[in-house]
Amino acid sequence: MIAFEQVAYSYGGVATLSDVNVHIAKGSFHFLTGLSGSGKSTFLKLCYADLVPSAGRVSVFGEYTNTLISDDLPKIRRRIGVVHQDCQFIEHLSVVDNVILPLTVSQRAALPQDVADLLNWVGLSSVVGMTPMALSGGERQRVALARAVINSPEMILADEPTGNVDWEMSLRLLTLLVELNKMGKTIVVATHDLNLIRTAKALVASRVLRIKDGRVLLAGADL
Amino acid sequence: MNKLEAQKVTQAKAKHLQVVPPSGLGFWLTGLTAAVMSFLAIFALALALTAGAVAQKWVAELQGKATIRLVQTVEDGPQKVQAILGILAQTPGILVAAPLGESAQAALLAPWLGDGIPLDTLPLPQMIDMTYAGETYDFEGLRLRLAAEVPDAIIDDHMRFQAPVMAAVRQLRLIGYGALSLILATTAMMVVLAVNAALAANESVIKVLQLVGATDRYIVRAFVRRFTVRAFAGATMGSLCAVFFLFYMPIFESSSGFVRAFGFAGGQWFWPACLPIFIAVIAYFATRWAGYRNLKEVI
Repeated sequence: MIAFEQVAYSYGGVATLSDVNVHIAKGSFHFLTGLSGSGKSTFLKLCYADLVPSAGRVSVFGEYTNTLISDDLPKIRRRIGVVHQDCQFIEHLSVVDNVILPLTVSQRAALPQDVADLLNWVGLSSVVGMTPMALSGGERQRVALARAVINSPEMILADEPTGNVDWEMSLRLLTLLVELNKMGKTIVVATHDLNLIRTAKALVASRVLRIKDGRVLLAGADL
Repeated sequence: MNKLEAQKVTQAKAKHLQVVPPSGLGFWLTGLTAAVMSFLAIFALALALTAGAVAQKWVAELQGKATIRLVQTVEDGPQKVQAILGILAQTPGILVAAPLGESAQAALLAPWLGDGIPLDTLPLPQMIDMTYAGETYDFEGLRLRLAAEVPDAIIDDHMRFQAPVMAAVRQLRLIGYGALSLILATTAMMVVLAVNAALAANESVIKVLQLVGATDRYIVRAFVRRFTVRAFAGATMGSLCAVFFLFYMPIFESSSGFVRAFGFAGGQWFWPACLPIFIAVIAYFATRWAGYRNLKEVI
């Protein structure tokens, strides 16, 4: 589904990632861990073609991101749901408008019952008319997750989704991601929270990738 | 989810999402610029159209008319007038020729000499007004014949006076259209600047839209829609204000001549009515151009 082939990425001459060879299979659950600034976000951005590698190439759904033209990018991104730590909403729109945004931009109608079911699933049926600014950190994360999955994408990329929430909410989000994985979605979660990873391993078969010194390695037995 | 919440979801589905925030400096700038520019454009348009109308009116009034001025002497004045009228009667293309009566001459001189001046005591020339048909009339032939037969008669086809005035009017009209073009070009440039500012201010919105799979076309259309509507609203306001001033400015009521004619008449109202649409079209293309350019180069 996603393949990194000898990928390197540098910001202003400083190498963030180098010689990365990773294959993320369809339906798999991956954790990506490492210290702050180690390149977890860069890795995810390379996955959804927000960045193109400085060297090597990344294949997403069989397409090399460095050869994509601007019209192809939206097609790729509609197959991927992304959840960020800071959520990134259109703040003047209501929660429900933000949730259905992936459908709106692809000119598809949102079936009210589907949206209602989705918001019930993330436990946010009572905040549909509110704006994201009025929500707590945990609620914002769940809205972001609802937005990421409304388009029924094949893959969910989550960048520190539990970074701003308490442990209880982290578990709740993790459970939702595990449920999505059981529905056949490919999940990649970048997190520095090792407890979350350990907890997840009891719930789902997952692979843990660790970024260290710009290299992406399979984590050891401790994870 | 209760009934009210489900309804909100349905409403969200039904309405078109306004992904671009409804406020911001760029949008106010666009509206204000469109209003000010359309206000100025109406006056430039009025100047150009009025100059054109005045030129046409003058041409219509003076075309086909000439005047013969005869330096009279008491003794043979009437005979010379008759001789001139005789020549004019034989000249092909002359439609009407008649000496100017005393009252008509007095009316012409009244602005300079006042009423009640005894004209018969002044050595005034006798004026003969004539109207001719352009196709068959030979001005040079008539002038030579008059010079030979009535040397005191001088023919004037008003071109000496008409030509520089017409040139000035034409220049005025050009200045009007030039000013209008500059105003519309400035409007386009201001809209481009405002769009750039709005795109920079809404970079986070654009990032979100790109993240959820919006195409450049979708993003640009969202901005184009907002800016076009804002420019149209601003231009409509500016145009209405300008028309109000044209109607109600005291100077236009009390002045005369060119100034009294300043404004629009009849079918000319079509152009100021079209101006807001025209400015909206400019805003549409300027936003589109700036939008695609920014998405490709900046963001």
